[in-house]
Amino acid sequence: MARYGMAIDTRKCVGCMDCVVACKTENGVPEGLNRDWIAYESAGKFPTIHMEIRSERCNHCDNPPCVACCPTGASHVDDLGHIVLVTHNACIGCKACLASCPYDARFVHPDGYADKCTFCAHRVGEGLDPACVMVCPTRCFTFGDLDDPQSAITRVLESRRGHALLTDAGTGPRIFYLD
Amino acid sequence: MTPELFITRHNELVDPFVQVWSWQIPVYLFLGGLVAGMMIITGFSLVKGRYGERSCICSALPGVGLVMLSLGMLALFLDLEHKWYVWRLYTTFQPSSPMSWGAWILVLVYPVLIASWLVRPPALLEDLSQTVERASAWLQARPQAVRAMGAASLGLGVALGIYTGILLSSLGARPLWSSGILGPLFLASGLSAAAAFTHMVARNEHERIEMARLDNVALTAELGILALLMLGLFSGSAPQMAAAGLFMGGAYTAPFWVFVVALGIVMPLIIQNLAVAHRIAHTPLAPLMVMTGSLALRFVFVQAGQMSHWAHGVLGVIRH
Amino acid sequence: MDALSRRRFLKISAATLAVTSSAAGVAKFADTALGNGVPPRGVQKIPTFCDICFWKCGAVAYLRDGRLWKIEGNPADPLSRGRLCPRGTGGIGAYFDDDRLKAPLIRRRQRGEDVWAQVTWDEALGHIAGKMQAIKARYGPEAIALFSHGLGGTFLKHTVKAFGTPNITAPSFAQCRGPRDVGFHLTFGEEIGSPERTDIRNSRCLVLIGSHLGENMHNSQVQEFAEAIGNGASIIVVDPRFSVAASKAKHYLPIKPGTDLALVLAWMNVLVSEGLYDKEYVAQYGFGFEAFAASVAGFTPEWAYPETGIEASLIRETAREMARYRPATLVHPGRHSTWYGNDTQRSRAIALLNALLGSWGRKGGFYAPASMDVPGYPYPPYPKSEKGKVDNPGAKYPFALEPITTGIREATITGHPYPIKGWFTYATNLITALPNEPETIKAIRNLDLLVVVDVIPTEMAGWADVVLPESTYLERYDDVNVELFREPFVALRQPVVASPHDQKPNWWIARELARKLGLESYYPWKTIEEYLEFRLTKAGLSFAELKQNGIIHGAPQPNYFEDGLEPKFPTASGKIEFYSTVLRDKGFDPVPTYARPTEPPPGAFRLLFGRAPVHSFGRTQSNPILNDMMDENEVWLNADIAARLGFAHGSYVKLRNQDGVISNRVKLKATARIRSDCVYMVHGFGHTAVRLRRTVGRGASDAQLITRYTTDPLMGGTGMNVNFVTVEAEA
Repeated sequence: MARYGMAIDTRKCVGCMDCVVACKTENGVPEGLNRDWIAYESAGKFPTIHMEIRSERCNHCDNPPCVACCPTGASHVDDLGHIVLVTHNACIGCKACLASCPYDARFVHPDGYADKCTFCAHRVGEGLDPACVMVCPTRCFTFGDLDDPQSAITRVLESRRGHALLTDAGTGPRIFYLD
Repeated sequence: MTPELFITRHNELVDPFVQVWSWQIPVYLFLGGLVAGMMIITGFSLVKGRYGERSCICSALPGVGLVMLSLGMLALFLDLEHKWYVWRLYTTFQPSSPMSWGAWILVLVYPVLIASWLVRPPALLEDLSQTVERASAWLQARPQAVRAMGAASLGLGVALGIYTGILLSSLGARPLWSSGILGPLFLASGLSAAAAFTHMVARNEHERIEMARLDNVALTAELGILALLMLGLFSGSAPQMAAAGLFMGGAYTAPFWVFVVALGIVMPLIIQNLAVAHRIAHTPLAPLMVMTGSLALRFVFVQAGQMSHWAHGVLGVIRH
Repeated sequence: MDALSRRRFLKISAATLAVTSSAAGVAKFADTALGNGVPPRGVQKIPTFCDICFWKCGAVAYLRDGRLWKIEGNPADPLSRGRLCPRGTGGIGAYFDDDRLKAPLIRRRQRGEDVWAQVTWDEALGHIAGKMQAIKARYGPEAIALFSHGLGGTFLKHTVKAFGTPNITAPSFAQCRGPRDVGFHLTFGEEIGSPERTDIRNSRCLVLIGSHLGENMHNSQVQEFAEAIGNGASIIVVDPRFSVAASKAKHYLPIKPGTDLALVLAWMNVLVSEGLYDKEYVAQYGFGFEAFAASVAGFTPEWAYPETGIEASLIRETAREMARYRPATLVHPGRHSTWYGNDTQRSRAIALLNALLGSWGRKGGFYAPASMDVPGYPYPPYPKSEKGKVDNPGAKYPFALEPITTGIREATITGHPYPIKGWFTYATNLITALPNEPETIKAIRNLDLLVVVDVIPTEMAGWADVVLPESTYLERYDDVNVELFREPFVALRQPVVASPHDQKPNWWIARELARKLGLESYYPWKTIEEYLEFRLTKAGLSFAELKQNGIIHGAPQPNYFEDGLEPKFPTASGKIEFYSTVLRDKGFDPVPTYARPTEPPPGAFRLLFGRAPVHSFGRTQSNPILNDMMDENEVWLNADIAARLGFAHGSYVKLRNQDGVISNRVKLKATARIRSDCVYMVHGFGHTAVRLRRTVGRGASDAQLITRYTTDPLMGGTGMNVNFVTVEAEA
């Protein structure tokens, strides 16, 4: 079984939010809510500043706290590439998963269930890239199977230095930001 | 220079910081903890065989507990966003989810509470229902069963009390909650609230003093656990220190020190110690303070915990 | 999978009505498209090209069960290469925007009072035609002017030309790219054009002067920018603000605003004095190099340091960096270049810097764009105007390549050289596009007729006498796009869905107006399809194929000198003009020289403005999807200054300019990412048009604060970065 992840080249990403817009239209994400977003993180004193721009979303963690805390099993690790998904009609809307996610990747859909990035499982299942990956004008994303030594993502992670977010939280995030 | 972090996300309940739970969950956790304490006290009385006396607190507590627990469950239900799927809790058991444990513990708690109540039901209820009277008589004739039930009540009480804390501490994303010691803390707090309640309502002078003593022990334990918790946070990682900072100059400093520590623990501890030493009379003042403090503890921990974040302390977070 | 089966269609609460009422229209269109009377099921893909900005990216619109679902880039399109920018991806929001214009409107009271009557197209166009004839009778047909932005305006231009006016313009020249195109034209004999002929993807060293690529989201350029980054290109960014591009740079030069020309002169000084320039190229193609070299000899990096705030060593180092990678060093000409009024000379200096690096016509520099030959429709000749154009009397601005908007505005106010009494605007909001709003309003008050054609009720529409609601790009055909790009191609915009209300496409509006004006002979074709098919057939292309694929490619042509492109410089000398005799003859500096800009008064900041990647001008703030991405702008202020002034990050402030104009409240972004002598905001917010319900009153408008401008003496461009503001707490 595959284990999908993403590598995002922060040198190329310009933070244009195309990934966010594409997610909105692809998945019908309600107005005012976001499954993905941009973080601009900068440090230093003008003019010596370092800035990293990141497209962020659910990390589909290897050790997902949202799945662990879910009392009904609605939040689950799917057979399709270990993607973390929510079964809408098993979710009671207790919001424990929102509180458990160190990436604040989840929100409550206006219909009441917990919602978040699905890695566009409906596309991935058909062999397509997620909408955010497909749309990116800077082509800063690499999406694929982290367990496949031949996959583009495995190779890019071997050849480039990168980091994941809040690894101290022990979640095993699967989105990597290439430095 | 403070690092800057700008995030384009603006999800309701999540930004600028998580605010998924307002009053319902603290109330649920408080009532859950209170009932847990009541079960421990009831269980103790049953094990000790005190149910022979009609004045035993074990005659009233399970009934009060049933009401409190139901109110707590109502608060929890009100918090659910997908309410009509609540039955999904009982089509599965998720061993890694404290909430799932909680759901199933409650399934056991209700019958035990009802059964405990039937051991020595209030006279009024006995007068109303012959079935109750018969059941009570049947139970009282079987001390072994009552003792077993007392033990079950004790055990479930401890489980329920710890569960109310673990519910939060299992959510690893919030550094303030990320300590297993939250279980004992909430257990101690729940027990102290229950002891305070019993202290207030007990008709039996002996029991009142006993409850005041128990309360003092629980309060002292709570104070100690709080100190350990703070110590743990301060010796932890930057985000944990930042989380502790919420009580040390941060947004929750006043509520924590005034309502939880001073008025909720220290003052009643002093008052009750004096009462136990017969220096002053027993009044409802201290017990009410303890219960308020116990509720305040839940509010403060639930709210401050949601504000704490692994990215804090690492970064000066500025959000859109 | 349950999580997926329950996925819902895009929910736009405020647009419920529009969606509901459009559903029938969509179905009808789809029926027509399929011709079988059965509503389509499943996913349909229809190629077209985007119109959210004016880059014209090829796209594929997706319908799901006959309803508009999403839009993606057309992989066959060289501009988008299968990927739209965020605005393009969110373009379907234009269709769903419930604030969009729905039916023709005629003003019932005086201008400025928001009282309208909804009328039929027949009535609206009849009213316009009557007014036009009255203006023509009294003042001549030239008294009508058209301000038109983008490809959509083709047919309206045709109608007003047929009516007899030469006064057709767009803010894209005098308020945007004009100085750049004139500066390069004076140097190389050719313009930069749009899409820019910049070969970013092959650049090994890219220099951006105030160009905030990545925030400015012209799709192909950003794609190539990322490619250049991926290739390890050396990037040099000059900007008073630590832009997104600056974060990608090897060298960031935090220049003092208004002094860019000093920096460029110093760079050229280094290249010349250290002999680092492309001597062979200059010797072969250059004219007047000696005089040029003598002229820049005084502009040393040491001289430039106090002007620009950039240390001499850094100027030298970056100049050498450029020389190291030449000719694959591209000093980007920018796009919006109307900054300080000396803009043509600055652009000329940038052109000369590129000439020294030998980048014009070379790989990694500027390529020569290719195009396909698609003949125009054989219309009758337009009537000749004896009066000539109104905007630039006596060639006051001798190097203006295109008509000047502000020149027409001035003529409208003064009546000289002749009166202008009727304005048409198409897809341009002159209230925010032109500097000094009061002047624009003064001109509008002098008009007998103001017609606004647009898709949304802009500020300009608020001033109109007649508002004509146009179909969005997703609902119409436009003229075929014959693109000038690396590889030649033509692209088709075709309707994807039917217009949800009584909106009409530009070609229909223009043709019906022509009919009312008795100009039927200028519209020999019956349907737009007939027109398009005629043009394409003449070019030997298949309309059916274009409808099917959206794009037809032409044969590749050489883009670079090294590929066999013949070097041609259509200047006066036939060479690259290091020294310009035409400038000298008109009394201008033949080689650019520097003059110090006015400094902000104490306590004030220079007002700078730019773009956000999710919005186009002021046109997209009411688009529900793009509004969701960014619903207000922020004013950037240096964090130290903000702290000193006592303004908290995220608090609302107001800006007051030198003329006492006070902005709407705007959120303060206190950041280390900007110099302390300027403030910055994204253009397009602070709408005052009450019918743009989603966005009115959100954020501040830079345009409102731009009451001053410095006119470029060469070509009439309006330098707008000459306004100063103070920051005030929100009252």
